[in-house]
Amino acid sequence: MTAPDERRVAPDPVGAVDAAFERLTRVGAGADGMNAVLWSDRAHSLEEARALAGYLHGGGVPGPLSGVPVAVKDNIATLHLPTTCASRILEGYISPYEATAVARIRRAGGIVVAKTNCDEFAMGSSSEHSAYGPVRHPMDPTRVPGGSSGGSAAVVAAGVVPVALGSETGGSVRQPAAFCGIVGVKPTYGRVSRFGLVAFASSLDQIGVFGRDVRHAAVGMEVVSGRDSLDSTSDECPVPVYGEAGGRDISGMVIGKPREYFPEGLDSRMAGACDRALQRLVDAGATVKDISLPHTSLAIPVYYIIAPAEASSNLARFDGVRYGLRIEGDGLRSMYEATRSQGFGAEVTRRLLLGTYVLSAGYYDAYYRKAQQVRTLITEDFRRTFCEGVDVIFTPTTPTPAFEIGSKTSDPYAMYLNDIFTATANLAGVPAMSVPIGRIDGLPVGGQLMAPHFGEETMFAAAFALERTLGEEAHQ
Amino acid sequence: MAVTPDDVRHIAQLARVAVDEERIPALVLELNGILEHMDSLEQVDTASVEPTAGVGDAGLALREDTGPPLPLARPLEGFAPAMRDGFLLVPRLATHVGEEDPE
Repeated sequence: MTAPDERRVAPDPVGAVDAAFERLTRVGAGADGMNAVLWSDRAHSLEEARALAGYLHGGGVPGPLSGVPVAVKDNIATLHLPTTCASRILEGYISPYEATAVARIRRAGGIVVAKTNCDEFAMGSSSEHSAYGPVRHPMDPTRVPGGSSGGSAAVVAAGVVPVALGSETGGSVRQPAAFCGIVGVKPTYGRVSRFGLVAFASSLDQIGVFGRDVRHAAVGMEVVSGRDSLDSTSDECPVPVYGEAGGRDISGMVIGKPREYFPEGLDSRMAGACDRALQRLVDAGATVKDISLPHTSLAIPVYYIIAPAEASSNLARFDGVRYGLRIEGDGLRSMYEATRSQGFGAEVTRRLLLGTYVLSAGYYDAYYRKAQQVRTLITEDFRRTFCEGVDVIFTPTTPTPAFEIGSKTSDPYAMYLNDIFTATANLAGVPAMSVPIGRIDGLPVGGQLMAPHFGEETMFAAAFALERTLGEEAHQ
Repeated sequence: MAVTPDDVRHIAQLARVAVDEERIPALVLELNGILEHMDSLEQVDTASVEPTAGVGDAGLALREDTGPPLPLARPLEGFAPAMRDGFLLVPRLATHVGEEDPE
């Protein structure tokens, strides 16, 4: 575990938490501003901070996030704040257990100060599909912050907290990180326990970390990673000290540049920002190799079959029986239907219908099985590339910067195309992250780094080098 | 492949979602607008490709089936919509309507 240092550890936990709440108010993170925060309890967070201060005052050893205020996406279970997934169907629900990632954040000294707004059940790419209204971009309130973890990205970008948890199914940490000009990490599938993450698509979901810079993201990721007996898909692979990757020389590192992520129609300013970032990596000693990931264009169709299919099964549990909303009907079936139709929003309902259709008799082989087969081909693209000597792949995180609120809500597929550069990593299970690389029309854009399974350490080494060599250019 | 209004009614029933009749035409358009992009997968030769279920190379790890279960921080009564005597209550099934109430 990384030794604590002054960049992350808050020497005065009570003051740090108090200051986070002051900033939360000042930047307008609540419903009357960015609408990034759904739930917070200042008194409880301060109580935790005082307990930590007492422990430290008594000679206790500070953890790597000691006294650091942390925000958590509203689909990750916490004990003292609601977990609603930004959905009416879970209105008022407070979980009787805590997500392993949250427990690990708290054990490392982090203090949860807010649950953040997001697309309902993490289904979206803009944070507009929330039962509590859209999240607004911290730099331009007419634009989206990205999604689905838009609230977490917004509070980090606005300086409320330095670290936040989000969740990834097809790019829901990396895309908002790129839009908001911060760092966002999706780990290898199995790297972080999913216990307490409300399931959307179980074969794709992972908890991810936002950081105001690469170091905060690395330490946050280090804290939440590792085997958990409560999630049988979590892996026993040892967790490296990601924070130390910053000292690693990247001389000789081979960076793959896949041609499919730089199509002819790509905005020339985005291509230019990527070229500059690649040049900085070359300046640091890396070499760039042109590569091909030939099945990339199939990722969106595959993703939007597999994810809704898994969602239609996972969200069957929200039926008015065990928790959350119940709308009474004439009998059991009508209670199910009334509860679900009034509890779920339009996008969740659309995906449940789509998922049910592709799994239904007569269509399973044509859609679901076919998508699983093409998923194999997408995974093989990555496997082959990394076996041929590429250490890290570099791409734009998104085709464009943040778009205007409402500009894509009438065309679901246009919204889905936001995930075009990010969904492949979820399908293949490889780690990926977004790092700020510049601005277009004053709005941040990100560069994406992808590595082999459990290759986060190498990915962080490249990210540290990119951040260091770009310097202020990353925000210009 | 394109869905019809009857397909939408059928999958809504399977998904246990009540959909208003007025909403059906729009859902047909939306779902077909999405599904037409899925048709590109038909062009891919996958005859010899195994499907990926997506749980990594090692597959699912099994653990000992030992207890006790994780204790809950608050009782079921705190969040369940309806309970009696420690059991979750559901509306009567149609097949049981008319039978004597156990109370």
